[in-house]
Amino acid sequence: MSVPSRRVLITGVGPVSGFGIGIDALWDGLCSGATAIRPITAWNASGFSSTVAATIAPEQLDIRAIVPKSYRKATKVMARDIEIAVAAAASAVQSAGLVTRGTAEGATPTIPPARVGCQIGAGLIPADSDELAAAMQSCQTADGSFDCGEWGRTGMNNLTPLWLLKYLPNMLACHVTIIHDCQGPSNTITCAEASGGLSIGESMRVIRRGDADACLSGGAESKVNYMGLLRQTFAQRLARVPAGGDGAAAVRPFDPSADGTVLGEGGGLLILENAESAKSRGATAWAELRGFAATQCRCEDTVGVDLANAGEDIAAAVEGALQQAGVPADQVDAVVPMGSGIACVDAAEAHAVRQIFGSRAGTLPLVTVAPQVGIVGAGTSALAACVAARCLRDQRLPARLSTRGSAKLGVDADARGAVDATLRHIVVTTTGLGGQSAAMVLGRTA
Amino acid sequence: MSAVHRSDAERVVVTGMGWVTPLGHDLETVWSALMRGACGMAPITRFDARTFPTTFAAEVKDFDVRPFVRDIALHQNAGINSQFALGAAAQAWRQAQLHQTPPANARRVGMYLGAGEGVIDTMNYLAANIRSWDGAQGRTDGAAWAKLGHSLLQAAREIEQEPNMPLAHIAREFDVRGPTSNCLTACAASTQAIGEACSILRGGEADVMIAGGAHTMIHVLGVTGFNRLTALSTSTADPTKASRPFDMTRGGFVMGEGAGMLILETLEHARRRGAKPLAEVIGFGSSADSYRITDIEPEGRGAAAAMLQALGQAGIDPHARGSDGRPLVHYISAHGTGTKENDSIETLAVKRVFGDLAREVPMSSVKSMLGHLIAAAGAVEFITCVMAIERGMLPPTINYSTPDPECDLDYVPNTPRASVVRTCLSNSFGFGGQNDTVCVTAFEG
Repeated sequence: MSVPSRRVLITGVGPVSGFGIGIDALWDGLCSGATAIRPITAWNASGFSSTVAATIAPEQLDIRAIVPKSYRKATKVMARDIEIAVAAAASAVQSAGLVTRGTAEGATPTIPPARVGCQIGAGLIPADSDELAAAMQSCQTADGSFDCGEWGRTGMNNLTPLWLLKYLPNMLACHVTIIHDCQGPSNTITCAEASGGLSIGESMRVIRRGDADACLSGGAESKVNYMGLLRQTFAQRLARVPAGGDGAAAVRPFDPSADGTVLGEGGGLLILENAESAKSRGATAWAELRGFAATQCRCEDTVGVDLANAGEDIAAAVEGALQQAGVPADQVDAVVPMGSGIACVDAAEAHAVRQIFGSRAGTLPLVTVAPQVGIVGAGTSALAACVAARCLRDQRLPARLSTRGSAKLGVDADARGAVDATLRHIVVTTTGLGGQSAAMVLGRTA
Repeated sequence: MSAVHRSDAERVVVTGMGWVTPLGHDLETVWSALMRGACGMAPITRFDARTFPTTFAAEVKDFDVRPFVRDIALHQNAGINSQFALGAAAQAWRQAQLHQTPPANARRVGMYLGAGEGVIDTMNYLAANIRSWDGAQGRTDGAAWAKLGHSLLQAAREIEQEPNMPLAHIAREFDVRGPTSNCLTACAASTQAIGEACSILRGGEADVMIAGGAHTMIHVLGVTGFNRLTALSTSTADPTKASRPFDMTRGGFVMGEGAGMLILETLEHARRRGAKPLAEVIGFGSSADSYRITDIEPEGRGAAAAMLQALGQAGIDPHARGSDGRPLVHYISAHGTGTKENDSIETLAVKRVFGDLAREVPMSSVKSMLGHLIAAAGAVEFITCVMAIERGMLPPTINYSTPDPECDLDYVPNTPRASVVRTCLSNSFGFGGQNDTVCVTAFEG
């Protein structure tokens, strides 16, 4: 077994959430105990069992203002998920103090482009229904079915030639690598909510094996669209929130009465950097990425919707990450779980916390952000990593909403305000639909 | 011979392979078809494509997943790509003898796939969109869509479209409990999966990795998307002549489908359990073009970077000759899609890497016979490299008749060629600018 020699630091964080772009907007929102969950108003969601989401307001994400002027034309072929990733990249690069082609065209980049990689977790991006439906109007039969013959003859020409490129999952990384001129290894990981965590783990490997000095790493998604909401409803993951209902109160991570989650838009990209590279440019780290591990959960239903028995598998991922980090469990001072409020996932995560931390489990603070920013699909664990990094830097834990009675699950997740805390290491763990589990250990650097 | 010294724990060997392709569902059948220069293309049967600009594809024929799995009840709702994945993985698992001696610790078995999304429930999905259109507002009516979506679409079929579902099915079939991941970098995905799987093995995170890919985009919206990009061949007269990589008259790629799967393990682990290595993976390179969303960087910078990185990791000097007087790379499985742009730029990139020796390195595209298996292409092409090493034969590029001055390398035109093959590169370049190359060589104890 090769000993990982290179240390990997987090030198920039770029979260995007319903609180807006950037770590300050997120942190202020989380600490104040606010929620970004609100009724979906951009379209009529009344036919869905969940009518709320933590969406990003248009004034918070003006994609044309975020990209370099010369790249504005390309914003026309960006699905929402791509916009979120591009916004996160801009925020992360700025946070790390990097000069790239995206921050200053023509300037000398801080890190040579060939040494910058990019690993981004992405979801299954559905086609825009308005665009597709408009294009198909001439292609319906008398009974309202799709007329495939007419579509082939004329209908498909109503779609822009680049239509497919809006929806390929790897287009998040494609746009980000073009904008910031990242020529190193680039990948797109598609493992539902674990995608961002798996991407961060892969970036760590890429840096440790010497194939890049820095990576833009994380994930982004918005499932706040027809297909996203429908599929999550089908997977029994959403809390029922009829029109006029209280979205934040509906998400109760680790509450014995939890019965589903709420979707959010967002995610985040982090700048992971070889410690020597960071040192040579005088960068300040938010935290150190100490260890990472992943496991596959055994799912009785094969497809990983029912994760109730995954506790042992999640624990194995966390134990693997702690082992790689060389950090004993008693030096972990907080855990950022997925904390979704999806009962079977909560139960599995609580099992893992009890298994690893034993008698400390009941008092080890869990950081649960879903009642505030929702579950952001492939961006979930990247957003969590940004939060953990800020917790370590500020030695503070954000507020928690909604939950009562988490002691029944043997964990500490009840609603409370933000608190100062001594934080040496934080574990971030996420398990996605499909059963992939990713865990990482972040350590304090300051 | 690799100049890089690695311990047995850091050496990664291939001990099993399997594929499901348009030319068959087992190693021997497909290999002998490739050696005949057979072609898997025919008119599309999955949907009525007669009015589409492209009416043909290379479909997998007569595939039944049932003989490949131990309990079909575990895979009742598996989509077609998951079925392909299971078929290929079962072959690989068996060849590696893992069915007789399953790994003692499931946590030490991982998986890295480059599998595509599942096939959308086309007619129902499109009907929901068509019927919920509100002409007066010029947009779909969300409430109407929700009603139609809930009634027309089915839960299991929707969930099975997630790109990580082949992973879930294979994990359940073989009780894989170690690190698992799925990447989806378009046409580069499964080559990248193989490379990253090796990285996981070398880092000590697992002893055994299932690696590969599975995909089909032969459906209404898949063909629509590539037709709109004008990336597909539209030579309808004779589909078997439609894929013409490196030929002057080439006019786009032909869609294929299927899966390719490998069992990779550390040499240490293979030795311990007495498994026979089929080949060794000695290098992996990955780069991004960071150029344009639609075009390939015209100098082949990204492709060359991936090849050079893979060669560097393998300790191979592309400008050196071996004791037999030949270059040290004996075969390149080209990305070779048959589009104007790819084939000339890939040629340029190979010249950048090998310089004056480029013309002495045979490079062929099996996409001329199998079509383009998109995310699964890289894994299938990797297997052809291992077969070439094992059998001492190079698969041809068929349909090659008119030389293109911009494509002036040795493409093994039309007929297979006997050759002592020790070391190969397998190239995959994805839409969006990801470039991946894996270097594989004959196993030497």
